[in-house]
Amino acid sequence: MAIELKMPALSPTMEEGKLAKWLVKEGDEVSSGTILAEIETDKATMEFESIDEGTVGKILVAEGTEGVKVGTVIAMLAGEGEDASAVEAPKAAEKAEEAPKSEEKKPAESGTANLASDLKTARDPQLPHGTNMKTSTVRDALRDAMAEEMRRDSRVFVMGEEVAEYQGAYKVTQGLLEEFGPTRVIDTPITEYGFAGIGTGAAMGGLRPVIEFMTFNFAMQAIDHIINSAAKTNYMSGGQMRCPIVFRGPNGAASRVGAQHSQNYGPWYANVPGLVVIAPYDASDAKGLLKAAIRSEDPVVFLENELVYGRSFELPELDDHVLPIGKARIMREGKDVTIVSYSIGVGLALEAAERLAEEGIDAEVIDLRTLRPLDKETVLASLAKTNRMVVAEEGFPVCSIASEIIAICMEDGFDNLDAPVVRVCNEDVPLPYAANLEKLAIIDADRIVAAVKKVTYK
Amino acid sequence: MPKAKTPAVETAAVEEDFALHSLQQALDADKRYKPSKEELLHFYEQMLLIRRFEEKAGQLYGLGLIGGFCHLYIGQEAVAVGLQSALDNDKDSVITGYRDHGHMLAYGIDPKVIMAELTGREAGISKGKGGSMHMFSVEHRFYGGHGIVGAQVSLGAGLAFAHKYREDGGVAMAYFGDGAANQGQVYESFNMAALWKLPIIFVIENNGYAMGTAVKRGSAETHFHRRGTAFRIPGMSVDGMDVLEVRKSAEIALEYVRAGNGPVLMELNTYRYRGHSMSDPAKYRSREEVQGVREKRDPIDHAKTELLAMGVTEESLKEVDKRIRAQVAQSADFAENSPEPSAPELYTDVLVESY
Repeated sequence: MAIELKMPALSPTMEEGKLAKWLVKEGDEVSSGTILAEIETDKATMEFESIDEGTVGKILVAEGTEGVKVGTVIAMLAGEGEDASAVEAPKAAEKAEEAPKSEEKKPAESGTANLASDLKTARDPQLPHGTNMKTSTVRDALRDAMAEEMRRDSRVFVMGEEVAEYQGAYKVTQGLLEEFGPTRVIDTPITEYGFAGIGTGAAMGGLRPVIEFMTFNFAMQAIDHIINSAAKTNYMSGGQMRCPIVFRGPNGAASRVGAQHSQNYGPWYANVPGLVVIAPYDASDAKGLLKAAIRSEDPVVFLENELVYGRSFELPELDDHVLPIGKARIMREGKDVTIVSYSIGVGLALEAAERLAEEGIDAEVIDLRTLRPLDKETVLASLAKTNRMVVAEEGFPVCSIASEIIAICMEDGFDNLDAPVVRVCNEDVPLPYAANLEKLAIIDADRIVAAVKKVTYK
Repeated sequence: MPKAKTPAVETAAVEEDFALHSLQQALDADKRYKPSKEELLHFYEQMLLIRRFEEKAGQLYGLGLIGGFCHLYIGQEAVAVGLQSALDNDKDSVITGYRDHGHMLAYGIDPKVIMAELTGREAGISKGKGGSMHMFSVEHRFYGGHGIVGAQVSLGAGLAFAHKYREDGGVAMAYFGDGAANQGQVYESFNMAALWKLPIIFVIENNGYAMGTAVKRGSAETHFHRRGTAFRIPGMSVDGMDVLEVRKSAEIALEYVRAGNGPVLMELNTYRYRGHSMSDPAKYRSREEVQGVREKRDPIDHAKTELLAMGVTEESLKEVDKRIRAQVAQSADFAENSPEPSAPELYTDVLVESY
């Protein structure tokens, strides 16, 4: 029986990829270990190996094809004793998107599928009138922000694990080594505490480091330097010794990577005076705020999200797109209820708002963008307008940003509240690996919709 | 990058030996710096200033004018004075831990603003917001004053990184203790400093005790100058109680680092006469041990003997002591009489910019 070769998932978050190159042709003999093709994921170009022996029958997806969904049959392999030239392509009904055959198990869907959102954010009304827009992924927007700032200021350099020759573990620093060379784009050993300290010392010594953590989970090894060395020195020195540094990298749940690689550290860093903490959602904010972070005289923790890197949004075509730190953004205007969120939660809040609109509930969505200093005014002004609030946060509920927003509403907005503020956070457990449990643990638009109904008594 | 040819086994062994022991050999061949009378007198004055300053700080602590943690440098004066004297103050940078008063004085920072920081006053070098462990003078390229044991080693490597990045010819000197030498980040920093040939001198001030733990009880390798071996960092073991040997060793190390060879690890063998901090009764060592060092190895007495031999009179040294006591007394008066920081100062300097 002929064997179907399917587009493989080559990273935890890969949903589709480009079939960059076939390394075999129809009629070739292959065995276990033969490299069949090169496949480009959102992160890297990977080799696709055969695990079977046989003869390549039909190649069904030509090289150069983009957007090949994981699970699509890309070639057929004739087994022993079969005539390769007679191997047929599977019928259309057997393609990946169709229902799987009864004996096949459907792959479990990651809990982070909850977090998916195709909604495009509305154009930021703060942008100058008549600005041309282009489409960009968040990944490219971040890269462009770094490249532009490096061109502008020779003190800016990028340091971290796999940022240079590997082009970034998540491809965020792609191309920087080529343009700026190894003195400004620096691969470190796996040594977070050490290189966070070296970066901090370099900032004290007058440079402008951008320190990439492969993920913020690993920054816990380095948190002493972020907090004790970077955040506190300006104060402790009576304003003499500044520390203009950016610590950046992906934060929050990725997909099926388990508890140690899936945490949102926003509340941790937002707790510390002396730090600026930024957690953008769309490409425009990612670029404009990273540029502002690099220019800031203060230490900045810049929290990105792996699941958002590949999302495309509109990005203004401006020579110098720099956004103000410490200002929230109204992503959608509404009058009945306010949904406050940040980072990946914003996509869910917007999804929820769309669905609520169908039911006649007009929700305002606020993206905090900066977690410290927090833009209380925008939150409270919205509360004064809607009198009801839900906070949506992909992270633990206890001592969260949601807790802080609720405290602000109690202290400064109590008279405007028509209902208690409700928070929608992940479940209060370490993130489990099993797909079904992961799905139960992570927030989704349904939960936000339910919370909004609760505060609107609908 | 082309791969280097694999050298013959013997060659590699000789090279390694050369790389790691050459500086020690150079020092052993000629251990002591030969100062002019004026130079030695200057070292003497600086060491005496540190001692008198620290004695006064201990006294003010006892009076309740200095609070919190206060770590005195008494006994270790020759280390900071000898090393600082070899640095180029226009381009080199220095960083240390929380036992930092002596280094600042050796750098020529005004004792008044240091003492006023100890008493938590507005005129203190950190406006009273840092305290004994957290003092900085960017103007003097003195980058602290860090309270977390070992943090200054990575930060110092960062200063060295900045020197190399800017190609300004400067060298960073990072001081830390025998206790800090057991922190993991120290070795992360050794690795990167050696890998990238950063211009840095790692200075371990081995005073024999990590707080109350004697070196032998806390360190598998008690010869700290060998601790860079795994990273191919040459080490030097130096008598930290002899200001002239310290100075000489600093010159050897600086020459090596300035030539672009990467880091050097120096172990300065010294002793602190007082407890770890003011609240430490130092019961972990005998009075005889302390007394023995004071009588036989005291760096200031040692320098004094040599000055007398060079023809400086006892009277003129008494004059020096009198002058320094007066200077320290003035600093203490200044520190006691300066106002505390104003209440609005609480909220300044948290961030540089407004958002």
